[in-house]
Amino acid sequence: MNTTQQRSGLVTTALLAPAGVFFFFLLILPLIVIIVYSFGERAPAGGYSPAFTFDNYLNLPARGKAILNTLTLAPLATLLTAVAAYPIAYFLAVKVDPRWRLALLVLVMAPFWTSQLLRYYAWILILGSKGIPSWLALIGIPDLRIINTPYAVLIGAVYGFLPLMVPPIYVSLEKLDKRLLEASADLGATPWRSFMQVTLPMSLPGVATGSMLVFILLMGDYILPQFLGGGKVFFIGNALVDLFLQSRNWPFGAALSLSLCAIMFVAIFLYMRFVLRQSNLRQEAVV
Amino acid sequence: MKALRLYVVFIYIFLYSPIAIIVIYSFNSGRYAMDWQGFSTEWYGKALSNPLIVEALLTSLTIAGATALISAVIGTLAALGLQRVKGLCRNVFDGLIYIAIMVPSVVIGIATLVAFVTLFDIINPFVEAVLAFRFQMGMWTVIAAHVLFNIAVVCLIVRARLAGMDRSLVEASEDLYATPLGTFRQVVLPLLLPGIIAGALLAFTFSFEDFVIAFFVAGSDITLPIYVYSSIRRGVTPEINAIGTIVLMTSFTLLIAAQLIMRDRKQRRVGAGG
Repeated sequence: MNTTQQRSGLVTTALLAPAGVFFFFLLILPLIVIIVYSFGERAPAGGYSPAFTFDNYLNLPARGKAILNTLTLAPLATLLTAVAAYPIAYFLAVKVDPRWRLALLVLVMAPFWTSQLLRYYAWILILGSKGIPSWLALIGIPDLRIINTPYAVLIGAVYGFLPLMVPPIYVSLEKLDKRLLEASADLGATPWRSFMQVTLPMSLPGVATGSMLVFILLMGDYILPQFLGGGKVFFIGNALVDLFLQSRNWPFGAALSLSLCAIMFVAIFLYMRFVLRQSNLRQEAVV
Repeated sequence: MKALRLYVVFIYIFLYSPIAIIVIYSFNSGRYAMDWQGFSTEWYGKALSNPLIVEALLTSLTIAGATALISAVIGTLAALGLQRVKGLCRNVFDGLIYIAIMVPSVVIGIATLVAFVTLFDIINPFVEAVLAFRFQMGMWTVIAAHVLFNIAVVCLIVRARLAGMDRSLVEASEDLYATPLGTFRQVVLPLLLPGIIAGALLAFTFSFEDFVIAFFVAGSDITLPIYVYSSIRRGVTPEINAIGTIVLMTSFTLLIAAQLIMRDRKQRRVGAGG
């Protein structure tokens, strides 16, 4: 056996081993434990007792409301965030004076690096009874309740994830070859038509990246629904916290955790396929 | 065009009004938010002399610092290692990296908690009999769980940097009889450094901000986000507003400093090139 080869293999192993150890003990092992638990039974005092049953999975409809809320509000909030973010990204990439571009982009992203808990708390104050509803009451719109409704959760989601959605859209718009737009204008297209047929399709990958990121974070979120949904609008994440920390039904919680992961992976897979096909179709249409 | 400008202004107000509320109420002399009692800086003094808050802040800084350091080193090593392997080993690592990033924090927190509790239940009787000591959840379990996620992040960033690297520089260095370690130290590492630093900063912020994972695995240790969370639940937050404002101002200052340094470097490079 060649010694240089041996040494090279040893170096590779040494480079990968630390990460491998972490992945094994903190990802693979916990996931195996969760999979095993999901077929178990709740111990009388809470926790896990060994068994082999599918009851936990058959019982999932008991948390159907949380699953339904997550599956409707997370995609809707992702869509709203993308719609809200696009004009900002467009403004920053195309319209604004380049000298201010970076500073304004950093200003969009900066809130994400400040305490998420405090920012959502501020929204409780803004949307709560002493906030916007009390100002609206002054101009004659009484008894408007926003906090602890799905609307509050949607507002909070757009607020919380806009800083993550803008940068990828910005990057895809900034890369856009301006000569394409000139060509489109030369061929007699109106600015609106150029936008719809050139700019928008070309920036779709950025929208897809941003939406994916936001969607992943929203699906697993539980702070946002807890703070702004106030126990009335709850996600799978809230159900999981309840199952593990309050009712201590670990096996059912394990089954729900795995279902959340499964739903996410399927949703991401379908979404990727849809988006890729759309952008391919559009690109073919342009060509 | 005018509508677009108006919309942009509206969004910036939307983004910054909650932050403004936190900052403004940190100077409120009353105890309750949305109830202005007059200007005062007393909560800053109280927050900084509250041993619970100071300890939580130190715990969070320690966890974030350790997470940034460990995940930067391990993530970079893994990125370098993955460059040298193909086939099954590489696919397995790629898969694990994406799973680590995609699995929601709440599931990571729960799975880590359950795995640690199960493991401790098994090994603690033996450990206690031999060493008179018990494994417990705490700062180190939070660091371990944070490092897992951030290894994946650092690894992705450094690999992107490696992929964009000019191979001919490495070949040139080898042609000039540099040892592999010399080439790494003098050519590869300086080129990767911006990526490693960016990854470490991301890891630090993620870890410092994280509530979800820490909430499950911190045991009886209290991080700053856990303290903030319990204050918010009690509805009493004047000291938290003050601490939040201090953290906010610090991170804004660092952000602006980073921008200025980068601009300065870019200008110098352009100057040197021209």
